[in-house]
Amino acid sequence: MRETCVGKEKTVRKDLIELLFTFSKIGLFTFGGGYAMISVIEDICVEKKGWITHDEMMNVTVIAESTPGPIAINCATFVGQKKAGWKGALAATLGVVLPSFVVICIISMFLDNFLEIKVIADAFRGIKLAVGILIIDAAVKMIKKMKGKRRPKVIMGGAFVAMLLINLFSWKFSSISLMLIAGAVSLMLFALEDKKQQKGGDRA
Amino acid sequence: MIYLELILAFLQVGCFSFGGAYAAIPLIRDVVLSYGWLNDETLTYMIAVSESTPGPIMVNLATYVGSSQAGILGAALATTAVVFPSFVIILLVSAALNRVVKNPYVQAVLRGLKPCIAGIILATGLFMTIKNCLPVGEGSQLDLRGLVLTVILAVVMFVVKTKDKKRISPIGLIILAAVLGMIVYGC
Repeated sequence: MRETCVGKEKTVRKDLIELLFTFSKIGLFTFGGGYAMISVIEDICVEKKGWITHDEMMNVTVIAESTPGPIAINCATFVGQKKAGWKGALAATLGVVLPSFVVICIISMFLDNFLEIKVIADAFRGIKLAVGILIIDAAVKMIKKMKGKRRPKVIMGGAFVAMLLINLFSWKFSSISLMLIAGAVSLMLFALEDKKQQKGGDRA
Repeated sequence: MIYLELILAFLQVGCFSFGGAYAAIPLIRDVVLSYGWLNDETLTYMIAVSESTPGPIMVNLATYVGSSQAGILGAALATTAVVFPSFVIILLVSAALNRVVKNPYVQAVLRGLKPCIAGIILATGLFMTIKNCLPVGEGSQLDLRGLVLTVILAVVMFVVKTKDKKRISPIGLIILAAVLGMIVYGC
């Protein structure tokens, strides 16, 4: 009895260490924040480790967008909590923050003109290009796995065009407002259909 | 007291930064200027560094401001404060998530939100990629080397597969891009 208890404790500790390490890796290799991170997190947590499903990842993305805070933190907290409770959430969040913390502390204390070092600037120009592609990759994965027929595609297309125009002309219209509209429209359509169906049901 | 001020300031930022780092930058700017910690020029430099170093931009920026005002302890406090609200919110939400997600009305809202997010992300990625090498949008110019590099990276990401039909991992792509960047822009 006691042995199994100790064994359980050990696996929990192993889980925590794995979460800490995995999310440190995610933190260390995600540049450009936000959307670019989705691609990295999906690759590791959904495809390689199988900690969460694609659907759950999609739900977290939606929640992350509608709650304050960086997406990476939201995802780390969610995955950690799912894997090992609040301790897991703490381990994963600590892991994802740690690399940024160390890197920035070093830069702020020792490197005054960090961005003017030629090799580093060149590498970052390259990384910046990759970040755009990773964001496209995250979107392509979502679109590929989108279930259903016409309506999601119409919403997707509409949001795509609207966001592109917003970016292109630097309009002051946030992505959150777009999401609010999409959510409201979808809810309204559902309510209408629900009503129609109920009426149909009555007749039958 | 500077430590308390850092905690309060970044808790506030963490609570109200909806919609990612770029939405948070005005908030951070407001806080930092109103406490008189930094001027606009230093902040702009810090934002540039935060964008190019790994990790969430907001976390980087909090660490940077904290460290510049009150050393490592200041950095630790500012970072903890900026992360704390999301941590607590997600912890609460994820406990209730499975129950809430099953509700048909929540489902209906999610059915609208998910494709909308996919569209937003696709537009953002496409716009960033185009803006990086073509003269589109504010402050961008034609970058031929960047264009070539972008095409190479896109082909590697979306077309090339290894023997066991695996694509390159996102981390692999970042490393490749850094190396190619040093080569292409270096000479």
